[in-house]
Amino acid sequence: MSERFRPAHADAPWARALLAASAVLVAIVMLVLPLAAVFAEALRRGLPVAIGAILDEDSLAAIRLTLIVAAITVPVNLAGGIAAAWAVAKCDFPGKRVLVTLIELPFSVSPVIAGLTFVLIFGAQGWLGPWLQARDIQVIFAVPGLVLATIFVTFPFVARTVMPLMQEQGRDEEEAAATLGASGFQIFSRVTLPNVKWALLSGVLLCNARAMGEFGAVSVVSGHIRGETNTMPLHVEILYNEYQFAGAFAVAALLALLGLVTLAAKTMLDHAAGRRAGGAA
Amino acid sequence: MSATALLGRRSRVAPVPGLGLTLGITLAWVGLIVVIPLAALAIKPWELGVAGVAQSLAEPRVLSALAVSFGAALLATLVNLPLGLLLAWAIVRLDFPGRRILDSVIDLPFSLPTAVAGIALTALFAPNGWLGAPLMAAFGWQVAYTQAGIAVALIFVGLPFIVRTVEPVLRDLGRDAEEAAATLGATRPQTLGRVVLPMLAPALLTGAGLAFARAVGEYGSVIFIAGNVPMVTEIAPLLIVIRLEQFDYAGAAAVGLAMLVLSFAILLILNLLQRRLRRGRR
Repeated sequence: MSERFRPAHADAPWARALLAASAVLVAIVMLVLPLAAVFAEALRRGLPVAIGAILDEDSLAAIRLTLIVAAITVPVNLAGGIAAAWAVAKCDFPGKRVLVTLIELPFSVSPVIAGLTFVLIFGAQGWLGPWLQARDIQVIFAVPGLVLATIFVTFPFVARTVMPLMQEQGRDEEEAAATLGASGFQIFSRVTLPNVKWALLSGVLLCNARAMGEFGAVSVVSGHIRGETNTMPLHVEILYNEYQFAGAFAVAALLALLGLVTLAAKTMLDHAAGRRAGGAA
Repeated sequence: MSATALLGRRSRVAPVPGLGLTLGITLAWVGLIVVIPLAALAIKPWELGVAGVAQSLAEPRVLSALAVSFGAALLATLVNLPLGLLLAWAIVRLDFPGRRILDSVIDLPFSLPTAVAGIALTALFAPNGWLGAPLMAAFGWQVAYTQAGIAVALIFVGLPFIVRTVEPVLRDLGRDAEEAAATLGATRPQTLGRVVLPMLAPALLTGAGLAFARAVGEYGSVIFIAGNVPMVTEIAPLLIVIRLEQFDYAGAAAVGLAMLVLSFAILLILNLLQRRLRRGRR
């Protein structure tokens, strides 16, 4: 009797409550519980044990290597991503669609296949294998291989977040600046960069998170040499397979924290950018 | 229309500089990291000859691994379609406490390293885990170390793709069409089934394609929970790793190439289907 007017497109209150409750349930079971399990397992034998596992010599070496790989990968893909976005969004040339497809390709290639392709080129029986061996240069089972494989899997992140935004903004401002005599670098740093800085930062964050957390591609090219070619995710696997669960989950918790910080920072960035650069990563 | 075009003085406007430099960097970057490595993958298997490649792929263990990878990816994507739609709907159309948190939690699989997801899901669904123990006690289901475990891991990695492709479309949809349908006497289920769902279908297909492509090649989150028993829970990427460890480069490349060709064929079919859906709507 006292039911208020409800617009025709709205569902009954009980239906809305049911939908909200099921959505929250799905998110808890599928997303929150796995994350909680990492931290619970890491702390099962107390915080000191967990910290001890992280401060272990091999763990520290893995952390250092992960930082080195990310420190090379992110700038390379940042430079490539910006160059590609500029060429595609601000200039005209034939074959643009093919280029964009190639840039996005690594997202639909299995990480293991990514690692495999570099083994086929640089491995002992690969195309350049004998040549490299003669000169005593090691790519596979060494840091260069890890870096190459990581660059491949994180290749599209920056380009994909910046390119659509630059295209949407058109090129009127850049053309005006060029007409007024600005150089290419001046146009980029004073006109284009301020317009895309949040999206750019968001792309860098995602690229970095994936670079530090990559497993499949680096697993193929690493050779799993402790203290030498083991990144953090690979170290998690080794500890886990040796039944050192406390250590494995402690290092995993550190990686999960990295993921959480990335997520929080990305949420804030999307907010700052007014949710313009949406879409799946 | 741009201001320059309106004024008709295109010739006075200087083109944006830097094409040579940026295109040069881009082509070097794409060529060295993407084109040459994938070309190596496309060429290497044929060292075995056509018959050799066919023989290498016809091994029962290879066929089984491909079936497990593609089958589990398909199953996970089918499960993720309704789940993703539900989550997108909750974010866009509902208002409840915790909606903003839900919105950011959905991206978790994007930012959580796959190896971490793998051991976390294994701990959760192991026979003594938080979810594994009750499932075992209540229904006698074992998830970890079975094909069901593989599907669970793939559901986890694929879920955000569907949510994030459906969400913007749902946001832009507006409610005019729904109101019109309701005014014309459609019941709510009719409106949802015949008006809303068809409008979301292309986005759902796009998201499904992304989730499927990711799931087929997924490695890190799967190998911990899968058990990796040959012919039962061995996925195709693991078989590539095993063949590489035996220095069978060409055989590993053959499996990789087969995976890529198969998944691109499936994505192409999805793309054509989507075009047909779009055209049908007009």
